[in-house]
Amino acid sequence: MTTVKDRCPGCDGNEQDERYDELDKVIAEYKGKPGALIPVLHAAQKIFKYLPEEVQDYVARGLEMSPSEVYGVTTFYSFFSTTPQGEYKIGVCMGTACYVKGAGKLIEEIEKELGISVGETTPDEKFTLVQTRCIGACGLAPVLTVNDDVHGRLTPDEIPGILAKYRD
Amino acid sequence: MVVNITINDQEFEVEEGKTILAVAQDLGIKIPKLCYLKDKNEIGACRVCIVEVAGNGYQPACTFPVTDGLEVKTNTPRLRELRRLNMELILANHPQDCLHCERSTNCELQSLAKELGVEEVRFSGETIDYELDDLTPSIVRDPNKCIQCRRCVSVCDKVQGVKALFPNHRGFDTLISPAFNKSLDEVACALCGQCIHACPVAAIKEKDSTEEVWEILNDEDKQVVVQVAPAVRVSLGEEFGLEPGTLVADKLVTACRRLGFDQVFDTVFGADLTIMEEGNELLARLEGEGPLPMLTSCSSGWIKYIEHFHSDFLPNLSSCKSPQQMFGAMAKSYYAETENINREDIVVVSIMPCTAKKFEAARTEMEVDGVRDVDHVITTREFAKMIKMAGIDFVNLPGEEFDAPLGITTGAGDIFGVTGGVMEAALRTVYEEVTGDELAKLKLTDVRGFDGVREASIELNGQEIKVAIINGLNNANEVLEAVKNGKKEYHFIEVMGCPGGCVGGGGQPIPTNDEIIAKRGAGLYSIDDKKKIRKSHQNPVINKIYNDYLKEPGSKKAHHLLHTTYKARDRY
Repeated sequence: MTTVKDRCPGCDGNEQDERYDELDKVIAEYKGKPGALIPVLHAAQKIFKYLPEEVQDYVARGLEMSPSEVYGVTTFYSFFSTTPQGEYKIGVCMGTACYVKGAGKLIEEIEKELGISVGETTPDEKFTLVQTRCIGACGLAPVLTVNDDVHGRLTPDEIPGILAKYRD
Repeated sequence: MVVNITINDQEFEVEEGKTILAVAQDLGIKIPKLCYLKDKNEIGACRVCIVEVAGNGYQPACTFPVTDGLEVKTNTPRLRELRRLNMELILANHPQDCLHCERSTNCELQSLAKELGVEEVRFSGETIDYELDDLTPSIVRDPNKCIQCRRCVSVCDKVQGVKALFPNHRGFDTLISPAFNKSLDEVACALCGQCIHACPVAAIKEKDSTEEVWEILNDEDKQVVVQVAPAVRVSLGEEFGLEPGTLVADKLVTACRRLGFDQVFDTVFGADLTIMEEGNELLARLEGEGPLPMLTSCSSGWIKYIEHFHSDFLPNLSSCKSPQQMFGAMAKSYYAETENINREDIVVVSIMPCTAKKFEAARTEMEVDGVRDVDHVITTREFAKMIKMAGIDFVNLPGEEFDAPLGITTGAGDIFGVTGGVMEAALRTVYEEVTGDELAKLKLTDVRGFDGVREASIELNGQEIKVAIINGLNNANEVLEAVKNGKKEYHFIEVMGCPGGCVGGGGQPIPTNDEIIAKRGAGLYSIDDKKKIRKSHQNPVINKIYNDYLKEPGSKKAHHLLHTTYKARDRY
């Protein structure tokens, strides 16, 4: 069994990181079952917002799997992130319709406004910018999503207003 | 169930469910392949084995199962074109440095490119650019040469149960590496080197120690002695075109002398000594003086493995050093003293079939009074390299004998290199010591449900002694679990980390496969069969050493020189 000290990377063992307690529950639920790794990683990402090395290592120990396999699965799926993700995920659609309708310009404007590149997260961990594949809203091209919200028929000058909505 | 299929317009009756490749192999029909490793890696990764399946386009033969009425073509102009194209794509992302690559002339990628008729690589662009991982004492990884076949992943996982390597990321960025792209030195790796045998190219190889050995051979002030492991003498010949299992001990000795070694000794002597110490230890434990089952401790990959993965069994390990280390300790004590040589002026080089032995020699515990037991370790392959570099015509060398005293050996020691050999050698001595009778040939039975595990029992003064013989680390894992759960009970277990034992070791000539391993093992048994003295306790030099120097097995001096300790390592 891992001790509190093992569980709490970065602290000196005096604080109990409750997130690991939550993760323990998920591990206990799936341990020993076939295909346990992905649902556990899913839950871990929800709890910790992303999957740093320490969490992957913890999952490996909890499930008694080789850490090389946990790392392999984590890095294979684009859904799993090993870097902190923002509160809001901005997904700019790069499907054909959106592409020809100026999705590239939207990306440029967002990059300018937020000071980050595609794939990165703002330092205040508010926004992450990604490109997505076609989301099937071609009639509204060009489209971007902010978490579950869809914003369509956009022009670059509308970007600051949209971002402001989420800033408060 | 039998089905009818057509291959290259010929009809055959074959077993349903087998892959096209398996069926073709049975029928002697050649289909080129690269990422395929029988029973271990049949995943259709490289797409070299593609065949034309009527109504189903091009399919990889290694994964596609035969069904009734299947029509397959294995060699058409289009297939030849596609396979060549596939190779060009693989080569476009592979360093073009064949001329000075470790595996040049013995590389599956090189041979296949030739076989498929690749004459140019029409594609160029970004190539992978990763760092060399050379932090372990035994194994070096060069990810830039990796062709993503995943053979190493499969062997490390399925054969050795270690799973240190796994594919990461995807597409162009796919990288086969340890967790978090750490060095192998920073994760739980047994350093057994089976991944080297799995690798078709030079993406994984041993750490080269030949430079240091050349240097020390040139040092006039040092007495450089060499010890040679048993498994080397039945496999070295393969590096010079001889059949696996050819006995080349005599030529090997001559080669060592020509290279400049001052004394040519034999690790088999160390093996005889190990039997004395370990036999004594086993008897003591059978009397209740230590935990059972007792586990052998001569396989260094096994030691690293058990320290990582089953550290709760460390007390069960024999405290004996391995033959390599016992030899070194004696060379720098008994030999040094009787020859009046300063022990700091003796250098011990060992030639091993093993990559983990480089790690073992460097362990902090493996020294006595500030002097290392063994200074340099080279593999069978490195030794062959040195012989070639020195311009020695190995095959035509006259034969010579090992030097005395540390080159005087018995047949019991010779069989240390093959699975079952240590057990048999130990029991020959233990049985005779206890009963006064000679041990009849051990009757070994396969253990049902356990691959690569055999067991036997002998009667020692009314007590039934149950023994097990295991080769391959995953097999060891399963037996240890069974022992832990009370499902199996043994008194003494021999574990060799590599499939087949040391003859299949990570430092052995490439290729190493089941057939070749069997031939090498048979070679060692034949040496034993022909020897006059076949029991370690009848080695005259061993007896003299106990009389004059060590006093008795397990003595204080013996413990000081010939025994060691182990440490628990992290499993993750």
